[in-house]
Amino acid sequence: MVLAVAGMTFLVLPLAGLLVRAPWSTMPERLAEPQVLEALRLSLVTATIATAVCLVLGVPLAWLLARVPFPGRRLVRALVTIPLVLPPVVGGVALLLVLGRRGLVGQWLESTFGFSLPFTTAGVVVAEAFVAMPFLVISVEGALRAADLRYEEAAATLGASRWIVFRRVTMPLIAPGIVAGAVLCWARALGEFGATITFAGNFPGRTQTMPLAVYLALETEPDAAIVLSLLLLVVSVAILAGLRDRWVTSA
Amino acid sequence: MLRRLSRWAVAAPAALALVAGLSACGSDDAGTAASASPAASSAASSSALTVFAAASLTETFTELGKTFEAANPGVKVTFNFGSSATLAQQITQGAPADVFAAASPATMKTVTDASMAAAPTTFVRNKLEIAVPPDNPAKVDELKDLADSKVKVALCAEQVPCGAAAIKALDAAGLKVTPVTLEQDVKATLTKVELGEVDAALVYKTDVLSAAGKVTGIDFPEADKAINDYPIASLSKAPAPDLAKKFVDLVLSQQGKDVLVKAGFDAA
Amino acid sequence: MGDERVSGHEPDPGHGEPQLRAHLVVERPRFRLDIELTAAAGQVIALLGPNGAGKTTALRALAGLTPLSEGHITLDGRPLHLLPVERRPIGVVFQDYLLFPHLSALDNVAFGPRCRGASKHDARRTAGAWLERVDLMEHAAAKPRQLSGGQAQRVALARALAVEPRLLLLDEPLAALDAHTRLEIRSRLRRHLGDFDGATILVTHDPLDAMVLADHLVVIENGGVVQQGAPAEVARRPRTDYVARLVGLNLYRGVADEQQVTVGDVVFSVTERMHGPVFIAFPPSAVALFRTRPDGTPRNLWQARIEGIERHGDNVRVHLEGPIAVAADITPAAVADLDLTAGQEVWAAVKATETHAYPA
Repeated sequence: MVLAVAGMTFLVLPLAGLLVRAPWSTMPERLAEPQVLEALRLSLVTATIATAVCLVLGVPLAWLLARVPFPGRRLVRALVTIPLVLPPVVGGVALLLVLGRRGLVGQWLESTFGFSLPFTTAGVVVAEAFVAMPFLVISVEGALRAADLRYEEAAATLGASRWIVFRRVTMPLIAPGIVAGAVLCWARALGEFGATITFAGNFPGRTQTMPLAVYLALETEPDAAIVLSLLLLVVSVAILAGLRDRWVTSA
Repeated sequence: MLRRLSRWAVAAPAALALVAGLSACGSDDAGTAASASPAASSAASSSALTVFAAASLTETFTELGKTFEAANPGVKVTFNFGSSATLAQQITQGAPADVFAAASPATMKTVTDASMAAAPTTFVRNKLEIAVPPDNPAKVDELKDLADSKVKVALCAEQVPCGAAAIKALDAAGLKVTPVTLEQDVKATLTKVELGEVDAALVYKTDVLSAAGKVTGIDFPEADKAINDYPIASLSKAPAPDLAKKFVDLVLSQQGKDVLVKAGFDAA
Repeated sequence: MGDERVSGHEPDPGHGEPQLRAHLVVERPRFRLDIELTAAAGQVIALLGPNGAGKTTALRALAGLTPLSEGHITLDGRPLHLLPVERRPIGVVFQDYLLFPHLSALDNVAFGPRCRGASKHDARRTAGAWLERVDLMEHAAAKPRQLSGGQAQRVALARALAVEPRLLLLDEPLAALDAHTRLEIRSRLRRHLGDFDGATILVTHDPLDAMVLADHLVVIENGGVVQQGAPAEVARRPRTDYVARLVGLNLYRGVADEQQVTVGDVVFSVTERMHGPVFIAFPPSAVALFRTRPDGTPRNLWQARIEGIERHGDNVRVHLEGPIAVAADITPAAVADLDLTAGQEVWAAVKATETHAYPA
């Protein structure tokens, strides 16, 4: 109990620090700055797209890891967690080395499609998805492992193909795990800094997300940084709480 | 949240370590005669010197620190390198520093405005250069080439000194450059060139020199309009004021200048 | 209850050919299932056996959920074992039903028809008709967790039958029910199985379920068939201790010589005339106990020691050890009269007319 309170305090105290130091009097005009709203919009949009990308790629990957035995599965499972342990800046550099203009894949992308990821909004999405995907994969894989396989067998005996089993039985059964993973994924993407600034750079309206704006504001105007941090915090907590209510009531 | 404050997170334990180190020194000296001296004016009693310096001074000041330790046996020099703005904030928040060497007069001004330092001296200047990858894919050879929309350019964000300097230089040349990115510091800007992700960037000459071989530097005349002064000052609340003054003297000496000029700085 | 089912299946190919012929071989480490099964259209076969005998494995192999190591399955003259699970014309009722928790009862039943190509509307109409047949239309919108055990069982049956299977597989369909519900559901199930025109394979460890529901019993032990036949036949002539226990008979192997069967040291008189190895069976109620040696023939009589006494329905079951292990059912009054206790020596006798001998 004591430890629980200590844990809670540890998590909440920095937030209290932000609230105490926030320059409330100048708050409205600071928030009204177009750059701020631009960064907020970009953050929300990219985090959401990154989450969608993670869902599309991560759920099948989680399924593979949970359900299909193949040689080297343990290794792949370990590899999936790399973005978790990798310092995000290193992740950003790694992305540049692969998807950058002179990267292994990036070179080909540019010569074939005339398309280059760094310094684009798509690049922000890539960086965020890279860092956030493990949260989704681990969460969904756990849900898949916990799900009762016999429901899928029952569906097969009723004539459901693998894909229909997955879509109409497995997915609904693991929906709570998918939602939890997506929320974690989204939250991580929203707060992403290191990989984003390294891979996608920082340009207002295109690649400058809230965390980047906060970091640069910190260089010259700590008060502005606090305002931006609070804004990001309030918006994300509001969205997560909204989703949660929706989820809980619909379940 | 963690990531955004990473520099602070790194700096805070460093500052704590410094505090711990200083108090440890104090207790070591408690038994000596020095403890009776309220001004702690004897050099023997202040055997630690803490220098907060701009990240671009990392190599040169580390070298000068060794020189200083050699000249003052028993003295240990500790550096805290970082973004000048961050360092200035840490100082105004009460970090126990003796000397502050900033990469811009503006950041030094934060400290002098807070009456934490008096009479800073410009000890060195840094000039911008165009940095391009060794193969110079966009065939850049003067500043106006950067205004070509086909040339991918990285600049420092205007909040950091190299960004402010870049804006000044481009304004002086009457050029409008649309960069693909505004990087958080000069090293990050340089990295983009090293990796070939951009065709050109405006960075300090010292940075080009430190990345010798991986990027090529191109001088341009407009750089003279955006020369960055590096001020240094001993701090008014310095725990070791005598050593602080000695260190500032070393930096301003011919010996200090030699080290700095060799690294690409212009003498003040 | 009218038959709303579309009778879309072809007439049975070949006269007298059973609808299902299967030779199921499943190899596992330390276990091998190897059984042959045949079933005619409309027939209900019960696979009966102790836990671990391989009943469920056999059922899963028929469904395609467990691959065959060897053997074949032929249904309506076509090789079933070559088809993946989802293309087999089967319906399965699982032990704990496995109704999809996120779907309503109606959508659970509609799932199969939908997967097999019916439009959403048609699938739901078919499902509705099936819920009607199992008297659950008023629970159509209920989620499985809102249904009682008996209702869930009926939904599971409707779901399995809604795909119009040619082979119905039931895995312990009554095991999860309490005794009272079980009685009702068993008779309902019997009725539905009677209406079903395909073959049914029912797995159970409960002899009563097997006797009531099946036309034919197949007893499996250790992966092999040990006995099969009509329920009455199996009940009358058990061939293993397991079956004898199930049907409540004392069973021994002996050697017959005319109307006399020798089991170890005990000699029984029987009504049948036989020679060579035989089984001899008699019910526990046919055994009489005496404190002292009764007069008369030494046949059908032996001395035994009481190993244990327990209640058995209205009677008392006395377990005897001695030359042969025997269960004897006597009345509580007799226990009191004889003052029986464990460890006591008694004389046991069996009436010749109540023994039954048959070739081993």
